[in-house]
Amino acid sequence: MATGVFSSTRAKISERTLRTDKWWIQPLITFSVLVAFIIYATLRAFENGNYFAEPLISPFYSPCLSAACAQGSSLLGQPFGIVKLIGMTVSPALFILIFPLGFRMTCYYYRKAYYRSFWMSPPACAVAEPHSKYTGETRAPLIMQNAHRYFFYIGLVFNVLLTVDAVLAFRNPEKQWGHMSVGTLVLLANATFLWLYSASCHTCRHTIGGRLRNFSKHPLRYKAWTVVSVLNHKHQNFAWISLLGVAFADFYVRQVASGSFTNFYFF
Amino acid sequence: MARKLNLRIWRGNKESGALQNVIVEANEGEVVLDVIHRVQAEQLNDLAVRWNCKAGKCGSCSMEINGKPRLACMTQVSSFPEGEEITITPLRAFPVIKDLVTDVSFNYKKAMEIPSFQPPVGMKPGEPRMAQVDVERSQEFRKCIECFLCQDTCHVIRDHEENKSSFAGPRFFIRIAELDMHPLDILRNRKKKAQEEHGLGMCNITKCCTEVCPEHIRITDNAIIPMKERVVDEKYDPLRWLGSKIRKREGIL
Repeated sequence: MATGVFSSTRAKISERTLRTDKWWIQPLITFSVLVAFIIYATLRAFENGNYFAEPLISPFYSPCLSAACAQGSSLLGQPFGIVKLIGMTVSPALFILIFPLGFRMTCYYYRKAYYRSFWMSPPACAVAEPHSKYTGETRAPLIMQNAHRYFFYIGLVFNVLLTVDAVLAFRNPEKQWGHMSVGTLVLLANATFLWLYSASCHTCRHTIGGRLRNFSKHPLRYKAWTVVSVLNHKHQNFAWISLLGVAFADFYVRQVASGSFTNFYFF
Repeated sequence: MARKLNLRIWRGNKESGALQNVIVEANEGEVVLDVIHRVQAEQLNDLAVRWNCKAGKCGSCSMEINGKPRLACMTQVSSFPEGEEITITPLRAFPVIKDLVTDVSFNYKKAMEIPSFQPPVGMKPGEPRMAQVDVERSQEFRKCIECFLCQDTCHVIRDHEENKSSFAGPRFFIRIAELDMHPLDILRNRKKKAQEEHGLGMCNITKCCTEVCPEHIRITDNAIIPMKERVVDEKYDPLRWLGSKIRKREGIL
């Protein structure tokens, strides 16, 4: 039976949408960029190499927790030892990437982005979606989107670790402090973008003050909430900048580690 | 300076209908509602259209213009390039009555399902006092003019008629959020009802409601997502649930 805009009581219009603008461009761009990132990140996660060039470590491999990690790259030790699957050593990236991936997958902005561009639910406003049934986020697996806050908390731990990586990059390859290279700037920028992405998160906004019923009784939390609210306006921008930033940081470290780039030192 | 407009206006009722081509003159500064009135006065005298204030404040002239839910009185003719055909249809999420007029009573039924503000027991009229910061939060939601464009564009009901019984829609999520955030409202089950009776979990936050709101209310960011987070506090976060049981936090917040 016809449903939605083709229901029997609605105006009899045969087109799924009468929009005349190029509504499909936005979801197409989103789809293309996200697919490109997924392909790049997957290849890099499985590459299991070229992720460490003292003092730089790729954000895809930090913290490096496996005994298979490159020498000197394990800031927190190697609790996982060497794990093998079908005779192959599991890449250290695979132990940790589930957490930032989970944070972004359950992010309120990315949900909008991929529901529109991948699942076409809907592809754009006032453009009929192709699905005959819809239950939203009320059932498995999408009910798991409600775990966003836990990924947010874990994401904060990652932010701290990647900030430490950036600070450690103020050393030279001989581990002497007081130096700065292009790689230092790249890791610093990456950590900054990730902090902005986390600080502008809707869950952060809720936790810091949004859950209050009475702002006037909690002036400090209200003040913090207003600051986070300003950042929250730009959450979409920070989501994209931090995604591209983390990919670029990994790319830069890879090129340095593989010898394609020389990490230029300012001092 | 006057210009000729090529309009396609949907005409019909719930049994049948079609787009009808009309050429009409438009003057500088006019909005789409002006030219619809000219068509009604000069060519299609029985054209049905709902309107009232012509100032973007009553929410009556909601319709779809080139496929986008909009207020006809706030859509400038000059926003369309010279020679572009303008297609005008009724709202496509609601039953059509005639021409550009739809039956939006679904929204009134949903409004009645939401319990109204409940002040503390014994509080008399004139007694409540609120700090400005608390007033400001809900003030944004009070700007709603009930044009129902957000309801019209929401794909949960626009594309799935069967969801209408279990989904209140964005206009009513801002109403629920306004009341749940109200410091003096004592009804404590609004979050539970939002999730279980009004279908908050069906919203997948694709933000079309925010995009079409003529009052620029940040429906998704300021009402729906905060309500979703409040539901998580109560229903899906075991640590928060435990904390509320131990410290009896509900009521303090």
